[in-house]
Amino acid sequence: MTDKEQYKIQAEPFYQQQNNEVALYEAAYRNRLPVMVKGPTGCGKSRFIEYMAWKLGKPLITVACNEDMTASDLVGRYLLDEGGTRWLDGPLTTAARIGAICYLDEIVEARQDTTVVIHPLTDHRRTLPLDKKGELIHAHPDFQLVISYNPGYQTLMKDLKQSTKQRFTAFDFDYPDAALETEIVANETGLASDTVAKLVKIGNVARNLKGHGLDEGISTRLLVYAATLIKDNVSPVDACRMALVRPITDDADIRETLDHAIVATFT
Amino acid sequence: MAAFRARPSKFLAKEAAVAMNNTLSRDQQLELYWTRLDTRFPQAQAVFEDCMTEALASLSSEGVDAYLEAARAIGKLGRGVEPMLAFLEEWPATALAVGESALTAVMDTIRVMQKSPNGRAIDPFIRTLAPVARRLQSAELLEEYLEITQNLMTRTTGSIHGHHTTFPSPGLPDFLAQAPNLLGQLTLSGMKNWVDYGIRNYNNHPERQKDYFSLQSADSRAVLQRERQGTLLVDNERNLDLYLRGLWQDSEHLVPYSTAFDQIRKPIPYYDKLGIRLPDVCEDQNGIRGIDRYRAILAHIVGHRRWSEAQIADNWSPFQRMAVEFFEDCRIDTLLIREYPGMRKLFLALHPKPQENACDPETTSCLRHRLAMLSRALLDPDHGYTDADLNEFVARFHALMEQPATSTNEVAHLALSYVARTRRQSDQFAKVHFDNTVVEYRDDNRQLWKFIEAGDEEEAFDEQRKIEPQEIQGLPPRHYPEWDYVSQSYRPDWVSVYESLHSSGNAADIDRLLQKHAALAKQLKKMLDALKPQDKVRIRYQEEGSELDLDVAIRSLIDYKSGANPDPRINMSHRTNGRSIAVMLLLDLSESLNEKAAGSEQTILELSQEAVSLLAWAIDKLGDPFAIAGFHSNTRHEVRYQHIKGYSERWDDEVKARLAKMEAGYSTRMGAAMRHAAHYLSAQKADKKLMLILTDGQPSDVDTSDDRLLIEDARQAVKELDQQGIFPYCISLDARLKAGDDDYVRDIFGQHYTIIDHIERLPERLPKLFMALTK
Ligand SMILES: Nc1ncnc2c1ncn2[C@@H]1O[C@H](COP(=O)(O)OP(=O)(O)OP(=O)(O)O)[C@@H](O)[C@H]1O
Ligand SMILES: [Mg+2]
Repeated sequence: MTDKEQYKIQAEPFYQQQNNEVALYEAAYRNRLPVMVKGPTGCGKSRFIEYMAWKLGKPLITVACNEDMTASDLVGRYLLDEGGTRWLDGPLTTAARIGAICYLDEIVEARQDTTVVIHPLTDHRRTLPLDKKGELIHAHPDFQLVISYNPGYQTLMKDLKQSTKQRFTAFDFDYPDAALETEIVANETGLASDTVAKLVKIGNVARNLKGHGLDEGISTRLLVYAATLIKDNVSPVDACRMALVRPITDDADIRETLDHAIVATFT
Repeated sequence: MAAFRARPSKFLAKEAAVAMNNTLSRDQQLELYWTRLDTRFPQAQAVFEDCMTEALASLSSEGVDAYLEAARAIGKLGRGVEPMLAFLEEWPATALAVGESALTAVMDTIRVMQKSPNGRAIDPFIRTLAPVARRLQSAELLEEYLEITQNLMTRTTGSIHGHHTTFPSPGLPDFLAQAPNLLGQLTLSGMKNWVDYGIRNYNNHPERQKDYFSLQSADSRAVLQRERQGTLLVDNERNLDLYLRGLWQDSEHLVPYSTAFDQIRKPIPYYDKLGIRLPDVCEDQNGIRGIDRYRAILAHIVGHRRWSEAQIADNWSPFQRMAVEFFEDCRIDTLLIREYPGMRKLFLALHPKPQENACDPETTSCLRHRLAMLSRALLDPDHGYTDADLNEFVARFHALMEQPATSTNEVAHLALSYVARTRRQSDQFAKVHFDNTVVEYRDDNRQLWKFIEAGDEEEAFDEQRKIEPQEIQGLPPRHYPEWDYVSQSYRPDWVSVYESLHSSGNAADIDRLLQKHAALAKQLKKMLDALKPQDKVRIRYQEEGSELDLDVAIRSLIDYKSGANPDPRINMSHRTNGRSIAVMLLLDLSESLNEKAAGSEQTILELSQEAVSLLAWAIDKLGDPFAIAGFHSNTRHEVRYQHIKGYSERWDDEVKARLAKMEAGYSTRMGAAMRHAAHYLSAQKADKKLMLILTDGQPSDVDTSDDRLLIEDARQAVKELDQQGIFPYCISLDARLKAGDDDYVRDIFGQHYTIIDHIERLPERLPKLFMALTK
């Protein structure tokens, strides 16, 4: 049996609640309802789940999905060794066995056939058939499935099927308002809040441009990066250009506008 | 002056000057000079003394000799007194600016004009010589100018079809009259380009050539604009739009006003219902780039829109109002700086810093000067002014700004007490100290006032003064060139395209149309399914797959044999690669679509609507990214481009609702619409880009009499599309066209077109055509 302690979050992660999502999540967990967290990149979705796992004292198994992922990568496969073949559980199977919260990050990225394997785990059956092994796993009572999903990325080709979507309760995340975001970044990095407030201001300039040449604004994660650089004595202007502007766009006009916002904010 | 008479003389200026110093009286001297002019024009006599005084002060004695000799020669040209008078008046100042030696080249030019049919241009040439020279400030540059002039003259003289060189250049006199104005804005090379454009395009149209060189025609102004230095608004509209949206959550039409044609009274930025008015060009100033000067103006205006409240003007004197404006402007700037501290540096670099003692209150009205200093001090902590009142009010202003919220009204009261405190009798003087008091980034504050007495203000005030940050629709116009086949060149920024969101109707109408064509849809569906699979690609590293991937299998086997963990992904499989086609559907929505289609009860518009709905449905099924837009035009100043569906939008009720509201009107300026559509299509990341143009007739517009012009422009636009990797295809509904008679469509689109002759079958034909095109 796998050691479930290794999947437990040891120290309390810093998480700043935005609304009453903590209580709502607890309610969902109490009833073992599958959860979907939606929101733009870097707005705190992963951090939230990590925090909830810690708060609930449950192991957390996170899987970053990608387009090469197959069902076996989730469920498990036979390996060959000296003695012949040996079955190795995939992360989803492990989670179902030990009663962990299984967090499938960016599930849309995975191929459509992959997403289907989670279906039986999300309804009242709470089972996971291991076809190749000829085993049917009944999920541990503590097991819960969480997926994340960034609606901004969806194209006609890449969208969750309705039948998948309709198996989850959902949390809508977005970048927090300026005061809260300032608090988050300051807490996370230890940078003085008046400087952080300026970073947040620049972040919001970019978010105002969403749809006018930017697909996504500047994420909280990038603000954390910028603050970290400044904390390490990089000049604010350089830190912002490097962590906030250069990563998100190659559009000359937008760069110029953001660069101007940086200079206008920091001098 | 009346005393002297014409008398021949062999005196030279030098001797005369010496003589004057010694023996001759001033009058006698003048008489000697006058005789050398050898003229009988009484008008010349009237100005001669003044001219000579100036000449003697600014020319060497050889220069004076040459001056008189040249004036004499000009007087003998047989063109009346005017050229000579002009020369007498203009030359001393010219020589002062570029040196006396330039006279030879100037006289050469005059001689060339005299020999050509362009003698009439000599007078304007001389008339503008001094201001031109003042702008150029060197003999070399003046020679370049003379070269441009002669070049223009040679190339435009007598070139009217078939005739001999007996016609003078139509444009030359106008050009010469405009020369100082042109050089105020252009470098010589810019002027040269501007002149070249005029010669190339209007060599055969005397009237249009005159319009061009007198700066009357639109393209003449546009080319001038293009050749100017500094940052042009037209080139930076998007940049500034991003600035407004990003930093200020505001957006507005940006309307340029010309700074080129009103040099005496410089226009001031302002805003009203129609948009924010900005100078068409901003040069760099005090180390601030042109684009940042625009940003400063915009920020200041945004500040007013956010924070200012209109005040009742009737009760206050003009002085009081001026003070209120200065104080309120500073309040706004202070609030802006609070948002973005970097604005302070920008504002201070652009704000004048008047000297404390620059204005003499004994002779001059100094209120403006005082207020400009105060304004500086309110923004600049290091102002260094010592005046006690000024410093007291600076402190009071800052105290006021410490309050959690401030209003126009509060700061207005502070302004009134400032006026009361510092009032001086001389404030009433007519002579006002203006120097160094104008803050160029500030608007004219017309929105700050409301008048109770109705009727005196032509511009009504917007009821809703304060503008909350919000999401804004509607974009500033984009400008596109148009191809002029006559001159084989582009007219720059000729057409203004306004893009807007198409209004919405009832989405269910479209669903009903689709329902009506259910049978057709079924048939189409089969064809769509056949379209979907395309070339297959191999996916390696599959655990389960259709074939063994030998390379990987062997590697795994080696790993296994050597005791390492083998990779189980030894298979490969095939996947059909997605189509990579982006589509732009461009709909002509001109008036003619309202006509009933031949052989049908429906209008062309209704049939188009059905066809487009089916096509959109089909493309959506295929999953190709596609956009739909309609266009019509009402002269080149107003090409309307209506957004129906964007690439990022889905084929949903919102889009259907817009399609349901499709309406027709106005004309067909196709080239501009295609260029604008290409702007979006070219940004798509697809291997193939298809632009379908659905139209019922040839390009035309009410401001264009030459049918060929817009056809040729569309043809040129098609060429541009080709260069951008876009495949244009026209679906023509022109009922008058029969096979073989399709001349203009073919001219524009080459082989890329289909004519739908039974329009009632369009709903069926269009989707099929699309599929055939993308198979
Ligand atoms: N509410 C919050 N409390 C604490 N930290 C936060 C919060 N929101 C965002 N952060 C910070 O932002 C960073 C990014 O958040 P996170 O990794 O959770 O983003 P995400 O939404 O999962 O993004 P992605 O979709 O790209 O995976 C975190 O590492 C953390 O520093
Ligand atoms: Mg994440």
